[in-house]
Formats: sequence, C-alpha cells, structure tokens
Amino acid sequence: MDTLQGKKEIYILDYKDLRANVPREILIGDQSIAIFLTHDGDVHAIENKCPHKGGPLSQGIVSGEYVFCPLHDWKINVIDGKAQAPDEGCVTTYETVIKDGSVYIMY
Amino acid sequence: MSNRQEKLVVIGNGMAGVRTVEEILKKDPNKYDVTIFGKEPHPNYNRISLSSVLQGDTGIDDIVLNTYEWYEENNITLYTADPVVDIDTTKQTVTSEKNVTISYDKLIIATGSNPFMLPLPGADKEGVIAFRDIEDCETMINASEKYKRAVVIGGGLLGLEAARGLINLNMETDVIHLEEYLMERQLDDTAGTMLREELESQGMRFHMKKQTEQIVGKDRVEGVHFKDGSKLYADLVVMAVGIKPNIGLAQTAGLETNRAIVVNDYLEASASNVYAVGECAEHNGIAYGLVAPLYEQAKVLADQLCNEKSEASYTGSLMYTQLKVSGVDVFSAGDFQSGEGKKAVRVHDEFEGVYKKVMVKDDKVVGSVLFGDTSDSPRLLDMMKKQEDISGMSKAVLLPSEEADSTESPVLSMAPDETICGCNGVSKEAIVQAIEQDGLSSVEEIKKHTNASRSCGGCKPLVADLLQATLGDESSISQVEPLCGCTSLSHEQVQEDIRNRQLTHPREVMNVLGWENEEGCSKCRPAINYYLGVVHPETYEDDDLSRFVNERMHANIQNDGTYSVVPRMYGGVTNSDQLRKIANVADKYDVPMLKLTGGQRIDMLGVNKEDLPNMWSDLDMPSGHAYGKAIRTVKTCVGEDFCRFGTQDSIGLGIAIEKKFERLNTPHKVKMAVSACPRNCAESGIKDIGIVGVEGAWEMYVGGNGGVDLRPGDLLAKVETSDEVLEIISAFLQYYREDAHYLERTSHWVDRVGLEHVRSTIIDNMDNRKYYAEQMEVALENKPADPWESLTHNENKRKELFERKAVELV
Repeated sequence: MDTLQGKKEIYILDYKDLRANVPREILIGDQSIAIFLTHDGDVHAIENKCPHKGGPLSQGIVSGEYVFCPLHDWKINVIDGKAQAPDEGCVTTYETVIKDGSVYIMY
Repeated sequence: MSNRQEKLVVIGNGMAGVRTVEEILKKDPNKYDVTIFGKEPHPNYNRISLSSVLQGDTGIDDIVLNTYEWYEENNITLYTADPVVDIDTTKQTVTSEKNVTISYDKLIIATGSNPFMLPLPGADKEGVIAFRDIEDCETMINASEKYKRAVVIGGGLLGLEAARGLINLNMETDVIHLEEYLMERQLDDTAGTMLREELESQGMRFHMKKQTEQIVGKDRVEGVHFKDGSKLYADLVVMAVGIKPNIGLAQTAGLETNRAIVVNDYLEASASNVYAVGECAEHNGIAYGLVAPLYEQAKVLADQLCNEKSEASYTGSLMYTQLKVSGVDVFSAGDFQSGEGKKAVRVHDEFEGVYKKVMVKDDKVVGSVLFGDTSDSPRLLDMMKKQEDISGMSKAVLLPSEEADSTESPVLSMAPDETICGCNGVSKEAIVQAIEQDGLSSVEEIKKHTNASRSCGGCKPLVADLLQATLGDESSISQVEPLCGCTSLSHEQVQEDIRNRQLTHPREVMNVLGWENEEGCSKCRPAINYYLGVVHPETYEDDDLSRFVNERMHANIQNDGTYSVVPRMYGGVTNSDQLRKIANVADKYDVPMLKLTGGQRIDMLGVNKEDLPNMWSDLDMPSGHAYGKAIRTVKTCVGEDFCRFGTQDSIGLGIAIEKKFERLNTPHKVKMAVSACPRNCAESGIKDIGIVGVEGAWEMYVGGNGGVDLRPGDLLAKVETSDEVLEIISAFLQYYREDAHYLERTSHWVDRVGLEHVRSTIIDNMDNRKYYAEQMEVALENKPADPWESLTHNENKRKELFERKAVELV
C-alpha cells in the first residue's frame, strides 16, 4: 500500500515468530535490515550495518533497547539508530507496523 | 530580592564574557536576566585549544566550553552569528546586526580582539588568512586537502602553533620572522634559538630577519616576495603577526579608548553601567592578550556586579606564557631580559635540551624563562606574585627540580597556596580540598569542579600527580575494578554471590545484586552466563542470547560479516576421508579460502551465515570450537611413532586429552599441546597447558601464552603416567574454571594468584586434587552435545540464527 511519503508497507514476518532479544535479518533487494522485538512488545527495524565497520547488527547481543555490534562492540540504540558515547554515528531506522499478527515495514 | 530581574547584556560570546557570566551565576544565579550576543556561529569554545584542533589532537566539539544546553539551563538568551552593531549609552540599549534591540541595566563589552593583518599588497587574495577562530581552522584543514605549501608570517606563539598544525596536516611549512630569534616577546635569545633548533628538527623551516613585501597570485595566493628580493611559493598564507583589540563598536558608542577600551580598577568603561573585560579592555595602559588576566578580571567584575558593597578591584596581572609546541615545553614570565640592576641564575644543559633562567632584582624574582623542563614554573610564578625576598634562599629553592629526585612530582614540594592552574587561578589546596570533600577520582572531575586544567591544559600532569598524591594508596585498596558499567561489584564479588546466595538465573543475578542497567550489557551478560554454568553444572540452562556472536553461531565472524568453519581434528591428525569431505564442501559452497591454523587443523574462511548449517551437515565432523571460550585444540608432535628422537606417544596422549575435554566451557580459550621430547615441536612452552615428554616422564607446564602477552609456561609438575597427566589437567582446569575471572587467560590468572598457590592447591594437596578432578567429571558429564550436530536439526534456531529472509516487494 502506498503512503503519503511515497513509502510502501511491506510484509516481513509474523509477529509470533519474533522473540525478545533475538534479532532477525531480512533482505529487501540487496538491503539487509535487522528486526528487533523489545521487551515492551514493540518491533524496531534498523539498517543491518554498524556505522563503524559495517558489522551485522542482527548478530549482536541485545540488551533492552540496545544492540552491541558483534565486530567491535559498538552500542547502538535500536529505536533511534544512534551509536552510544563515546562512539558516534547512526544507522537508518525504518518504521514498522503490526497488523493482525503480521509485521510490516515502511520501505 | 526585587521582583524584576536586572537585565545584563554581554557583547561577545567568548572566553572573557562567558567566564564573567559563569562567575556571576556562581555568586547570585537569580540576580540577572542575561543575554549574550556573539559574532561566531558557535557556543563559547576554548580559543587556546584551537591549536590542538589544528594539530589534530582534538576535534572541534571537544573544545566547546559551554554547550547550548548550558545556556538553556541557566536561562541565558543567546544570539550567535549576530554581532552587536550599535550601543546607545544614554537610552541604555544595544542593537544587533539582525536588528534585535534590547535594553540593559548593565552592559559588558567582551569583544576580544581581531588578528592583525599586515596591509601588504595582495593581502586580500584568496588563501590569505589569520589564525584566530574555528573558521580559520577549518579553512586551513580544507586547504591542506588541496594544496601543499604554506607560509606562516610571524614566529610568535600563535604563528608557531599554526605552523605545527599545518605540518601535521602534511603541508610543507615555512615560517617567516622579522626578528633574529623566535618568540622574542617571551624568550631570550638562548631559549629562542633552542626552540628554533628543536622545531627545525621536526621539519619546520625558518626564514629569520625577513620582511614580507607583497603577496602575489591571480585570485588565489601563489607566492610571497620579500624585501631582500627572495621569494617563496605558497598556496596558503597564514598571518600571525599579532592581535588588535576589537574596539570599533566602543569607539562608535563614544566610549574612551586608547589601544583598547579604557577601564578603571572596577573594569568600568567611561559610560555608566558599561564595563569591559578581556582582550578588548585596557587597564593601566595594558591590554592583556592572555587567558589568566582575563579570568582575573572576570572574577573582579562579577563581584562588582553582584555585590553593591564589593571591595574587589583589579590591579593588573603578571604576564606569563606556557607554550607547548609538539612536545616542547616553554614557559616565560615577567621581566626576563637581562639588564641593569638584574642578575640571573642560569642552568643550561645542552645534552638534555634544558635551559632555565631566573631573573632577580633587589632580592626578588622578577622574571623567568624555562625551556625543555617547566616543572618549576608554578613555584617561580608564586614567588613573583608574592614578591618573596629570596636573599636567604639557595638555588635549590629557586629551581627545586634541579635538586629533587627526578622521579618525584614537583607538586609534592609545593606549598598549599601555590597556584597549579595558572589560567584559572586554582591553588594546590583548592584542588586537594575538592578531591577530599567531593570525593573526586579523576582529572576530568577535578576539571569540572574546580576549572583546573580546563583552559590551556598545560597543568594536567600536575593535577594528575596531585590527585594520586592525595588519594594515595587508599585509592588502590578501596577501588575494585567493577565487572562492567552496570555494577560496582567486581568479578570476585559476583562469583561469590552466585555461590553463596545460590543464584540460578542471569536476570536474578542482575536483580538481586542491584544492576544499574537491568538488562545488562555485552560485558556482564556473557560473564554471568559463564559463572552460572560453572556453579550449577547439572541444572543451569545455558542462555545463548548472552553469548557473543561466535559462540551463538558456532563459527567465527570475520570482518566482512562472513564466518569461518573449523572442524575438529583430534591431536592435529587427519585422514584422506576427512580431507576429501572438506574439499568437497569447499567446492560446493564456494569457500574463498582454505587455511591451515596454528592449532593443526583446517580453516574454511568466508562462509555466508545462511550456508553454515548445511555445510556442517555435509561435513559430518564435530565442531572444533575454534570460536569459543572453551577447550580449543591439543597440538601434538609426531612422537615415538615416527620420530627418531621421540620418547613418548605424544599423539596418543594429545588425542586422549582432546577427546576428554572437548566442548568444555572455560573462562577464556584454552590451548594445549603435547610434545614428545624437549625439542618441543608442538610448542608446549607457550600453551595454557603444555606437556613435554622426557625419558620416562611427562613435564607439565601451565600459564604459557604465545599471543598478546608472550609468556613461557611455568613447570607445574613432573609425573610418570598419562593417567596422572589427565588427572592433573582435570584439577588444574577445574580450579581455573572456578577461580579465574571470565575472560582471564591462564597466563594472567597464574600471574595473579601465583604459581606456588596453584601448586599447593592441586599438586601438593591430594585431597584438593581429587576434589577438583571429581568436580571436573561432573562438568564433563553435563557438557553439551556437539553444537553443529544439534543446530542442524533445530528448525527454530536455524531460522532465528542463520536465515536471511528475502522479503518480496509487492
């Protein structure tokens, strides 16, 4: 479905398939995106590429709203995509929508 | 307090103006409604540190002194990039460039100064700049990306710092100086010449006694011509010949000016309710261009503005400079030139490159130049300020560092009221008091609390020494290294609490032990998971979400996000079947590289994560755990089977050890080796556990490491049978598993607890040895099955861990 911003709502997976603190990787074309279910039940989607050296964030340790990059332990907020001090940088975030047990990404 | 706050307007958002506001806020935070106008599009930053930015030591953000939040928190209205263009001293209003007009009850002018640009023909060409603000810095940094040759006009303090920065930016840099030696306003000829030699050795080029005639080029500068007929090519010219107070606005407003805005001892200018501080103010005929006087003025002015009965007055400052150009320490103060009625104490060590001169007049120190070693500067400054009579003192008192044990910090011999931070006027006792009363434990905290080392930073080493001297040994005793940022507890305390309080789950540990961060972090979660597994080997269910990527994926992540796969080859022995399987799998999955590891096996590198489970299944070999904090390999030499020197069956023993302990979790990786003779072909001397066969016996070495901290193993025991070897490995590893911190290699652990302690625990004491060996048996009985085998058959895990789900664009 097209939205006003020209973004599309794309189905990615079923909500029940997500587990808290277990990130999942999805591919839209060549774009890899990491999907996180946080303890409060929200689903967040960020670019699966650490701003530091491009590490796959979907394979990091998740603590609360942060994921630690598996390559050099950068701490990235999965909600706003920002790297935490002392490191600097951010990754692209994508809006997600949950409808009827399905998770969609605005892409 | 009256209902209406008085309005204070500050013209100038630099170090002097904002410091005055800070001093006012300290005294009476509610007295004024403050508005600040600044010309630059930045909050107040440390202009002195611009040279560090240029020299590449710090970034622009690091030199900001007051963040935008600070202005907000203190209810200060800030107009940046909007200089005041008009003052009406009768109506008491100011108007800015962007046409903001506001009235004031009190007005502070702190417009600082402008760089002095030589009025040379061609000085208006592109690429001719000053070195004064962030914009100049940015221009130089940008220029260095496109151009190669820089000329700095002026061999004074600013010019040298600019030149050093340009060299760091890889520009060829020539410094032009009119005088015979460098920094003639701060140094005498000896020190000036030493400085030049030192900087020349660092690649700076000097042209002394040279006067610039014109700058040539089309639009952009291309070269510089001198009066003596010589020329230099240049793509960038930095003028650093001096500053002139910025007083145009004050002049238009009809204020009395000379070289700068004339102020009295109360920093009042010639119109009522108008004050001036900093470089734009002239007191007693002197306009200061250094930071310390400006801060002294700020203090006096703040007192005047906050206290109707203020007795504070400004009586002038002692001029002194501390300069650091890439490692060269230079200090200069007061009247340092030789002259009538003055005598000098000189120390000149040409070997060490140290020069010290103290000028004495009428039994008082009146000036000093220090080069190469400035540790005596606080003491000398203090004597000058207090005008101490030194007639009864020896040279050792003037220059204590010449006598003192060179390893002792000069802060120790300083009197309590001596100044440590000259820029901000912070005394030794003020710092000590802050450390003790506010419980400070870092230079950064001291900086925040006292301002010491906040400006030029030259006193940082002294502050650090003082911190250490004040906290003493106490600090090292009471301060335990916390496990991570989520807790103040150490590894030991967490291990102990898990044992004594019978904690069984990671979340429980974090809850009960009061974790600040309830979800933990990437440091504590793997540690807690490990500790729980060791304490409860039979019941604890491993939390794979707390494991580092490699241990969760059971493969080693590589820099490009691919993985490497290392199947186990017991004792480094393989056969044609295994090699064929590996070759077939490598072909099938297009493995980009096959490599032999140091642990005698084969590494398949560059594997995509989604291929891992199928590859394992095709290989049908056990995981080598090459990715784990676990038993890695047992490297062996050929031994008695084939080797003509071999005295023992090293391969047989190696395989037995590897089969017994494989898949066991340990605090850090554990590498082992068995060599059949002291030639040590399996490198047993640098392994966590290394076995060496000798005639009729095995020697056992522990704590060896061939990695970051190269360390030979210590001989733990010499035994006769391979059963004893296995038993002692069991006891040693189990004791290590229970006692060491998570991520502590055996080399560090043995260093920490001592080899003797380990030996008395598990070698000399047979009961203990049996106990630890039995505990090891329990751990081994409960260790997990081969992870590659179990993961390939777990559909859920395969999806969660290894799938890259392609989503369809509809």
